[in-house]
Amino acid sequence: MIAHEQVETAAYEIMKKAAIDIPEDYLGGVKGMIDLETGDLSSFVLKSMVDNWEAATEDRRPMCADTGLPRYYVKVGNEARVAGGFCGVEEALRSATARATQDVPLRPNRVHPLWRTEHNNNVGINAPEIEWSFEPDADWIDVTTVHKGGLFGTDYRMLFPGDGIDGIKRVFLDTLIAFGKRGLACQPAIVGVGVGGSKDICMTLGKQAACLRVVGDANPDPKIAALEQELKELGNRIGMGAMGFVGSSMVVDCHVEVGYTHTGGMPVSVHTFCLSSRRATARLHADGRTSYRTDPKWFTPYMRRETIGWPRSDTSSASAG
Amino acid sequence: MAEERHELRQRRLTLPASAEAIAELEPGNVVYLDGVVYTAREGVYQKVVVEREALPVADLASVSNANFHCSPAAAPDGKGGYNVGGVTATASFRFSKYLADWLDLTGTKIVIGKGGMGAGDYKEVLAPRGAIYLTTVGYGTGALLGRGVKAVESVHWLEELGIAQAMWLFRVKNFGPFLVDSDTAGNSLFQRQGELVNAGIEALYAGLKPPALRRYGETDDRRDELL
Ligand code: SF4
Repeated sequence: MIAHEQVETAAYEIMKKAAIDIPEDYLGGVKGMIDLETGDLSSFVLKSMVDNWEAATEDRRPMCADTGLPRYYVKVGNEARVAGGFCGVEEALRSATARATQDVPLRPNRVHPLWRTEHNNNVGINAPEIEWSFEPDADWIDVTTVHKGGLFGTDYRMLFPGDGIDGIKRVFLDTLIAFGKRGLACQPAIVGVGVGGSKDICMTLGKQAACLRVVGDANPDPKIAALEQELKELGNRIGMGAMGFVGSSMVVDCHVEVGYTHTGGMPVSVHTFCLSSRRATARLHADGRTSYRTDPKWFTPYMRRETIGWPRSDTSSASAG
Repeated sequence: MAEERHELRQRRLTLPASAEAIAELEPGNVVYLDGVVYTAREGVYQKVVVEREALPVADLASVSNANFHCSPAAAPDGKGGYNVGGVTATASFRFSKYLADWLDLTGTKIVIGKGGMGAGDYKEVLAPRGAIYLTTVGYGTGALLGRGVKAVESVHWLEELGIAQAMWLFRVKNFGPFLVDSDTAGNSLFQRQGELVNAGIEALYAGLKPPALRRYGETDDRRDELL
């Protein structure tokens, strides 16, 4: 049985880690881009970012003062049991958010959309968002926090089957160019593309692709993996680098996720996870241990299952995580 | 390294900055600041520019002539002061409409923010007043900038406007890096770079078939059929 306090403590820890420590995969990706970048200004920006992440880790201060919208993704093992139940988990996540906001400190970003009232703790109606998924043959709970910033850098469009891959490329280019100018998207970014699903799930898939898959990860479908590669190269050929200056550093990596969709349509969404790609995951083990990592391992074979059942072999490759 | 890149020119500026020091800055220079910067964004502009309330700091320009478009991650330290963690600028273009009055009322000569402002603002508002624009870098260099903030000199309208919108005065040292976007002639680095990038954009779309359905936003005429 996982204790309620264990959830709260772990969520508080990952709020801190996410805000302060840049994930290794993203850092490695940006360092690789510095070597290829020939634009003076763009490469200066990237080097400054590396200095910034080092300063954040050394001083234990947030890498970016814009907290973005802190939120959670929870994956629950089918055999997991937690004291206080799942409403208790949600309460723990809200409490950890408020505590971390005060202690790190994180800028209280959340306000009522109409009255602009705020509680100064990043908690409110539907905030922080908590998304749930499940995993067979597991007794742990994974809690991931993502502090995705950026008022800019996301778009959605209903395409049609005839638009094909060309259509996806258009939406991809339109979004990166529109929000890449002046660097409003704080690129280079991990770009997530959602293709298919219902309209809302198309957005959700793209967002999760950007925020919950690490740099270097490829979609298990080889044709989708090839599309990811093609889109990444296309983005880096725009001629725009960091802050929209002349350069080649736009896309650190591109991740595509798909969902079965209406036979007449092909909705597409594009999301950019910015220079402060903040994510951290805690695994709450049934024996009371908590382990931490930066790879959320969200898209398991179970998540991408295509039929009524699911692949019964060990789907939780990280069960010892 | 793929090939040799040019080092950008670095400058260090003491605030309040003199007209001569400001005139020397060129687009693309890297700038670090010492002295006092203040934050002001729509909440403060609304009060002072629209509602004509008095500035909370007498003779602001003699204390600081640098307006930072920023909302700090700050929290009370329990001892009457504040912990400032990260400091990151917010997009400046939204404040364009207040700027001329604000510069006139305060004598501000350096505007610091995210992403610059329209080229017209530089030519018509900043340059004629001897003011320049510095952009933060990245833009997520919150930790580096947070390091440069040595103390909160004072904070005004905190109760009323909240942490994000309040007017903060920060004592800073080696505060940066910033890049000069506009100089005193109103030239803009972002505009120059944007034009270079734009030259290659059309080619990216060559050979991609047009979308099956158009949408509003691509045509401004709401009477157009979208098919
Ligand atoms: S987009 Fe990201 S890096 Fe840029 S200001 Fe927002 S949180 Fe910070």
